[in-house]
Amino acid sequence: MPAPQCASCHKARAALRRPRSGQALCTNCFCAAFEAEVLHTVVAGRLLPPGAVVAVGASGGKDSTVLAHVLRELAPRLGISLHLVAVDEGIGGYRDAALAAVRRQAARWELPLTVVAYAELFGGWTMDAVARSTAGSGRSRSCCTFCGVLRRRALEEGARRVGATHVVTGHNADDMAETVLMNFLRGDAGRLARGGGLGSPGEGGALPRCRPLQLASQKEVVLYAHFRRLDYFSEECVYAPEAFRGHARDLLKLLEAARPSAVLDLVHSAERLALAPAARPPPPGACSRCGALASRALCQACALLDGLNRGRPRLAIGKGRRGLDEEGPPGPREPQPSGPPTSEPIPGF
Amino acid sequence: MAAPLSVQVEFGGGAELLFDGVKKHQVTLPGQEEPWDIRNLLVWIKKNLLKERPELFIRGDSVRPGILVLVNDADWELLGELDYQLQDQDSILFISTLHGG
Repeated sequence: MPAPQCASCHKARAALRRPRSGQALCTNCFCAAFEAEVLHTVVAGRLLPPGAVVAVGASGGKDSTVLAHVLRELAPRLGISLHLVAVDEGIGGYRDAALAAVRRQAARWELPLTVVAYAELFGGWTMDAVARSTAGSGRSRSCCTFCGVLRRRALEEGARRVGATHVVTGHNADDMAETVLMNFLRGDAGRLARGGGLGSPGEGGALPRCRPLQLASQKEVVLYAHFRRLDYFSEECVYAPEAFRGHARDLLKLLEAARPSAVLDLVHSAERLALAPAARPPPPGACSRCGALASRALCQACALLDGLNRGRPRLAIGKGRRGLDEEGPPGPREPQPSGPPTSEPIPGF
Repeated sequence: MAAPLSVQVEFGGGAELLFDGVKKHQVTLPGQEEPWDIRNLLVWIKKNLLKERPELFIRGDSVRPGILVLVNDADWELLGELDYQLQDQDSILFISTLHGG
């Protein structure tokens, strides 16, 4: 059967049916609607005020490519300036190719690009080194746990270097829904409590962060990139098959096939969640080493790096962080027990 | 009874890795008893083009969830999905969404 006519302009042939409204739109009307929704998300949420210097987390992948392209289109209207920040985790054969895509984009869009490398920020710990260090510990998926924490820290550092006032990342609705599932499956009350909002206001001195594509379904992000002929890097990280997120993703895809609105419904449920008093996390303090927001003596990044440097990579992973509690009691700080000397002090960031 | 058809089959978003990295395939589908719809095209692709790990592309008689199908740049949802009858010179594009962004 031939495709129906576009419900918006009534002139062109429809190219897709929007998942939420069921409306059939042609490529131009769809792209315009997609851009208008991102604009609305940003304006209604007051996410990026006029004058903002916005660091865009750019991985070369489909989401950050679409994010950067759309924000660039909207920048004059919003009165913001953009700066691409790419994180080099040090994953051989994967990240180099992805960074090449980011460099092409920076050149094509005439946007400044800054690259921050794990090796430089974290005392030589590339993801390949972390993967080797965690390989023998029986929990093969733990290297991705490190990457999630360290990448956020690296992005923050890159944003500071370029004088940014805000950080944006390309997380889409499917990513958010996967995260909600993961947090439930791991019993992570703290993250569930924080997970709902559209933006992090930036506690503890951190830059405000937001995700302008948070309400866009992954399918629409990919179709937008296709219709606008955007060049992006589409290979999977070599470590991704080991990540726990893959299980959440598979489950979400099955759920979506049965009930298409499940993706956005999950995100909305998380937004409306209220935790029982006993489950609420204590108000966070500051990391004793670097000053960043932390719910324990050391922030997650410092704790993970500590574990790596002591040759005990599992130290800070898992519920309750049993390893950390072994090292010293909460309360007045005691000197840490001596272990193998670290080769460099952890840089202050 | 279906006449032979000439169509372009394209893979993107990483799906091309299952097809020797080749994105565009100009394909001639032979005349056969059954009609050439997407359902039968998938069977043909699995048999003749797919180089490895069929479970990453096909599930049951359809594509794996997360793989988008566009016919002449339109979502196959609008065209009847597996039942869409292929025309000569059609372009069928399979885009994988199953990777980080």
